[in-house]
Amino acid sequence: MRRPAPEPVQVVKQRRDAALAALVDGVPYIRYLGITFERRGDELTGTLPFSDLLIGNPTLPALHGGATAAFLEVTALIELSWSILWADIETGKVDATKLDPDKMPRMPKTIDFTVDYLRTGLPRDAYARARVNRSGRRYASVHVEAWQDNRSRLFAQATGHFLMPEVNG
Amino acid sequence: MSADRTQIAKQFIEAIPHSRALGMKLLSVGEGSAEISMAYDERFVGDPSTGVLHGGAVSALMDTCGGAAVMSHPDAQAGTATIDLRIDYMRPATPGQTIVAQASCYHVTRSVAFVRAVALDDDRERPVASATGAFTFAPAKTGGGKK
Repeated sequence: MRRPAPEPVQVVKQRRDAALAALVDGVPYIRYLGITFERRGDELTGTLPFSDLLIGNPTLPALHGGATAAFLEVTALIELSWSILWADIETGKVDATKLDPDKMPRMPKTIDFTVDYLRTGLPRDAYARARVNRSGRRYASVHVEAWQDNRSRLFAQATGHFLMPEVNG
Repeated sequence: MSADRTQIAKQFIEAIPHSRALGMKLLSVGEGSAEISMAYDERFVGDPSTGVLHGGAVSALMDTCGGAAVMSHPDAQAGTATIDLRIDYMRPATPGQTIVAQASCYHVTRSVAFVRAVALDDDRERPVASATGAFTFAPAKTGGGKK
């Protein structure tokens, strides 16, 4: 009995990277803040590159709490959307190369979002990773952590609840 | 609130780089309350198919307004930092409309200010979002206290 040959690595990468780009590139506010995502398998890490426009307290100086909140919310939403999309592109239900960033299907909506500010956001790049703790048919709960110099010293974390998109909507 | 103090608060808030980048304008301050607007801007859109603003932009507005409310409190001595902020998104903001946030301190202790806020578009009867937060609070020293 012969198993089919595994997919060539570049085919797999192209499909996954195209799907991620379609999720991220179409959103003006993500572009405005300059947030980018790196992918390792299905794991995503968001980067918020430092810019003077993100400052909230010029005398410290420190990142604006609003910029931090936006970064966390963007990361949580992309992680959740990615987890939904991942299954669809890997099973071939959705063709990743034909996804249109301006007409993305099945985007969740934020119901509520709670941010804990643990430390001052320093004037340098910030990173974030989110974890989908529960993803049901209608609701999802996502936790997200952000750090700067040291992965174990978080400067902010958040939990959000999201309304899942209709399956055939 | 005297026109003078409103003017000082306005200059302070509108000089914060991130608030300025998002086009925030201080409309009014009271004693522990503030009202700040943010005009619609296509760069702040979260859903390109509908043109609805990203929740993150609304969060930034709520956070700024909450902080302004704390700093406008008559007992506040200096700046403030957000400890936590919870936002409930009640409906999508109508594309094209300015968002106005109104925040007030409903309780302050010697170290914490508790704040409530709402975000409104042109339909003032139905808020777009509401928020509650805790902010650091450093009361001004009054007679008898240590310097």
